[in-house]
Amino acid sequence: MKQKYYQYPDQYDVIVIGAGHAGCEASLAPARLGFKVLTLTVNLDHVAFMPCNPSLGGPGKSHIVREIDALGGEMARNMDETMIQIRMLNTRKGPAVHGLRGQADKKEYHSRMKRVLESEENVDLKQGIVEKIVVEEERVLGVITKTGLFYRGKKVILTSGTFLKGRIIIGEATFNAGPNHQYPANKLSASLLEMGIKLHRFKTGTPPRINKKSIDFSRMEEQKGEEGLSFSFDTKPLTGEQVSCWLTYTTGETHQIIHDNKMRTPLFSGDIEGVGPRYCPSIEDKVVRFPDKERHQLFLEPEGKSTEEYYIAGLSSSLPADVQIKLVRSIIGLREAKIMRSAYAIEYDCLDPTQLQLSLETKKISGLYAAGQINGTSGYEEAAGQGLIAGINAALSLRGEEPLILKRSAAYIGVLIDDLVTKGTNEPYRIMTSRAEYRLLLRQDNADQRLTPIGYRIGLIPAERYDKYLNKVERIEEILDYLARRQINPTTEVRHQLKELGSGDLTKAVPLEGLLRRPEIAYNDLNYFVKDLPVSTAEVLEQVQIQVKYRGYIERQTTQVEQFKKIENKIIPQDLNYDQLKNLRLEAREKMERIRPHSIGQASRISGVSPADISVLMIYLEQKKRAKKNG
Amino acid sequence: MLSEDTIAAISTPLGFAGIGKIRISGPRALEVASKLFNSINDKKLEEAKTYTAHYGDIVDPQTGQRADEVIVLIMKGPRSFTGEDVVEFDCHGGMVPLQRVLELVLREGVRLAEPGEFSKRAFLNGRIDLAQAEGIIEVINSKTEKGLDLALDHLSGKLSAVIREIKELLIELFAHLEASIDFPEDEIEGFNSQQIGEHLNLIKEKLETLVATSKQGKLYREGIKTVITGKPNVGKSSLLNTLLEEKRAIVTEIPGTTRDIIEEYISLNGIPLKMIDTAGIRETEDLVEQIGVERARNSLEMADLVLMMLDNSQGLDNSDLNIYQLVKNKPVIIVVNKTDLAPQITEEEIKEKFSQHSLIPISIKEERGLADLKRAIIDQVLDRELSSEQTVFITRARHKNALEKALKALERVINSYHNGFPNDFLTIDLKEALNALGEITGETVTEEIIDRIFIDFCLGK
Repeated sequence: MKQKYYQYPDQYDVIVIGAGHAGCEASLAPARLGFKVLTLTVNLDHVAFMPCNPSLGGPGKSHIVREIDALGGEMARNMDETMIQIRMLNTRKGPAVHGLRGQADKKEYHSRMKRVLESEENVDLKQGIVEKIVVEEERVLGVITKTGLFYRGKKVILTSGTFLKGRIIIGEATFNAGPNHQYPANKLSASLLEMGIKLHRFKTGTPPRINKKSIDFSRMEEQKGEEGLSFSFDTKPLTGEQVSCWLTYTTGETHQIIHDNKMRTPLFSGDIEGVGPRYCPSIEDKVVRFPDKERHQLFLEPEGKSTEEYYIAGLSSSLPADVQIKLVRSIIGLREAKIMRSAYAIEYDCLDPTQLQLSLETKKISGLYAAGQINGTSGYEEAAGQGLIAGINAALSLRGEEPLILKRSAAYIGVLIDDLVTKGTNEPYRIMTSRAEYRLLLRQDNADQRLTPIGYRIGLIPAERYDKYLNKVERIEEILDYLARRQINPTTEVRHQLKELGSGDLTKAVPLEGLLRRPEIAYNDLNYFVKDLPVSTAEVLEQVQIQVKYRGYIERQTTQVEQFKKIENKIIPQDLNYDQLKNLRLEAREKMERIRPHSIGQASRISGVSPADISVLMIYLEQKKRAKKNG
Repeated sequence: MLSEDTIAAISTPLGFAGIGKIRISGPRALEVASKLFNSINDKKLEEAKTYTAHYGDIVDPQTGQRADEVIVLIMKGPRSFTGEDVVEFDCHGGMVPLQRVLELVLREGVRLAEPGEFSKRAFLNGRIDLAQAEGIIEVINSKTEKGLDLALDHLSGKLSAVIREIKELLIELFAHLEASIDFPEDEIEGFNSQQIGEHLNLIKEKLETLVATSKQGKLYREGIKTVITGKPNVGKSSLLNTLLEEKRAIVTEIPGTTRDIIEEYISLNGIPLKMIDTAGIRETEDLVEQIGVERARNSLEMADLVLMMLDNSQGLDNSDLNIYQLVKNKPVIIVVNKTDLAPQITEEEIKEKFSQHSLIPISIKEERGLADLKRAIIDQVLDRELSSEQTVFITRARHKNALEKALKALERVINSYHNGFPNDFLTIDLKEALNALGEITGETVTEEIIDRIFIDFCLGK
């Protein structure tokens, strides 16, 4: 460290670099567990900022938000307090894939989260650009800012998003910038490379924003919010008037404009070197790849209540600004549209996540954690989920405890982190419900049953909330028990009632749950058959219905999970010398050496590792265990 | 292969031993054995003591039919070879009874053991030592089973092509369902509810056909019915004996000695053949011989493959031509025997009369041409079964097991569909069906589906 710096007097337990969605969770978790946290951000006016869509949720993503909430994180609560619309998606496709989708008020979302951090006793929120992570003997010591301040910290969590060597591309115009044209972090990449961390270069993009007064909504389809929904298990549903979104379409003219200007987009001219996500293609990509599609749908989403800006979901682009003007005006209802911010693509450095442990601590540098987009993911929800886990694990490590590793069978957050760390990713990673093997068990409605006991044990769920949770679980059990015991006889009255409900006949006595199992019979319909049907909250009754109606499937997946856990619980010692496994194929040995899997289960998911390799590994471990026992 | 499930396999070498052993190991070994075993004295196997032997029948619980007469050995874990509960059935030797019993075991949800897997379990449970373990690693590392031959590879190549076709249909539907689940706000073109039902039925039909060929498949279960025919004393029994490598049929120099049908099973490079040696067909006054001839004619009608033998040392006569009239519409191989003797038939003559069939000259006495004959039989079997009937025979219990698993899963999908379960529930069993097929072709599904979602559909904001 040749440059001059000033050593800040306090030593922090945890320093968090960045205050986006990952950074906020990573800061709050250890602070709430009693550790001193410093949160550094490039710009204090962008804490928990949403540089892309003004919304949270969707299948998989809303599952993560609910999981964060169940563990004691902040995202769901912050959303509930500030959102302007909420809906439930996939309602007819099965409970496991129901997904909440909420429209955020971007400014309010930011302001409230900033206030939460500011008022959290153990968090120091400061503006500052980190240029160097200080490391000694592969242990992290702290960070140095652009302005020459050296902050010492026992743990450092890197949540720098897309700021590392960020470069914005709009047609032929390119310049160094972080998201939303903020000041980029140009030097931190070098500091990471210096400590031997490998970097990737990824790309993502965002559509144009237009002014509400220039939109002709009469030519679009309105999409309203729904009553009675919230993200957190611990808040009240959104009440009051909700703001609408609007559905519109591209036209033949739009597609012609794209074809005419194809060569001016960096995507086709080859100016972008970063790898972009498949699930978030630019409009030019969609038009070129699916030439038969006559129109592409677009959603106009309000950016907040205190602004006239609208986000055009589906129109992500890196076309030149002049082409974007024409492009937007070719869309139905946008003939007069005025662009306020142009669409842009952004390239950034991120680290290869296979360099992380499942705890999100880097394998190389003790005490250095990474979470969020820096790990090659995309999405606010994915970032926040990782931020929470990194924050919790930094704290658990300070307490001298084992890290929290959520299994793939326990949470989407577990699926996300296991995928990243075990398989790596060659495009920005987005969670999808199809990535989860045990989707039916990882529902958004039961995130509390899966994770709240863990959140309580760690100390992030207050006793009062935990008691409330226990009451809920108890009530569910009581009602299930009642439904199993209460017998219904096939009396004339009962059979008549069933007919009224459009349900099949009953020939012999069944427990009440037998009737509830019928698809056409809802819980409240059971009032026709018994006079003492238990009453409870919608939440409790939802659990009861799901558990009765889908019991066969749930039990099958539960059995599969038991099998899965057996090999997941076969732990591989972290100091294992893979060179000694002479019988292992070279490819498998190299991959295992690099990934250093935590368990036999994780090892079996490494691409290129075969079942035969796993057998060799198991046999070796068994030999070692026996040698130890006998020696 | 890592799960602690119950496994089974034929653990004696396939061949002509008098006894064959099927070993079952794992937590469900006793339960499954008990379900299939009918003790002579009504004793329950589950209550039997460890290291005891029991005599009785293996009975198909679905049909009540006896599969074989066996002695059952019970060895309870942890003091057994594998350290788990182990049950062994000592069956009659020979491929057919063993396969039949194994199949019943597998139908109870037991998995076919991988090569070396019993030993691996034995090691992991501390029942064998280090030196033995080294050997196991080699077994596990060797990719194919020892001696797995070309004929079977060829078959499984065809099999994977058919399976890939079914898999493709499954993936198409699965990717559609997953895309609409994960991207509910995008426009996903593809299946409506009715089309889903039709698509499912199509897949089911294809799977059923495949499973059915393995069920009724001669190749798998009974062996290809191969009838040896020809006029008396042309060398039919000698050929059978040579193929069997033992003397079974009575061979004499007197024409008409074989008066009954003789059936034997042989395995040619893994393909089971049911060899049928018939009485020589000729017009005769001898009543006993007449019955033999009549039976021979009947069995020719049932034949899947005919080996028609000619005598090189005698000229073609009416008997030969009459017999040929009986078999010419069957797959026929013309076998010209006794090439060690001076020829009385010319090649031209044979080609003129039997031109569309393959012709193999052999000498049983000097053991010449037999390899060519075996090759010709295999070629016939493979070509015929695969091209003309458009079906694939499932030869391995492992494959059959996986296919049945896939079919069962698909039946559950259809059931859920008809009961109005939401799409997510269809995906659960669809995935299981895909995974089952993947067990045969050795591919995993998740990544493939995700790739497919993005190839097929225009998605994303």
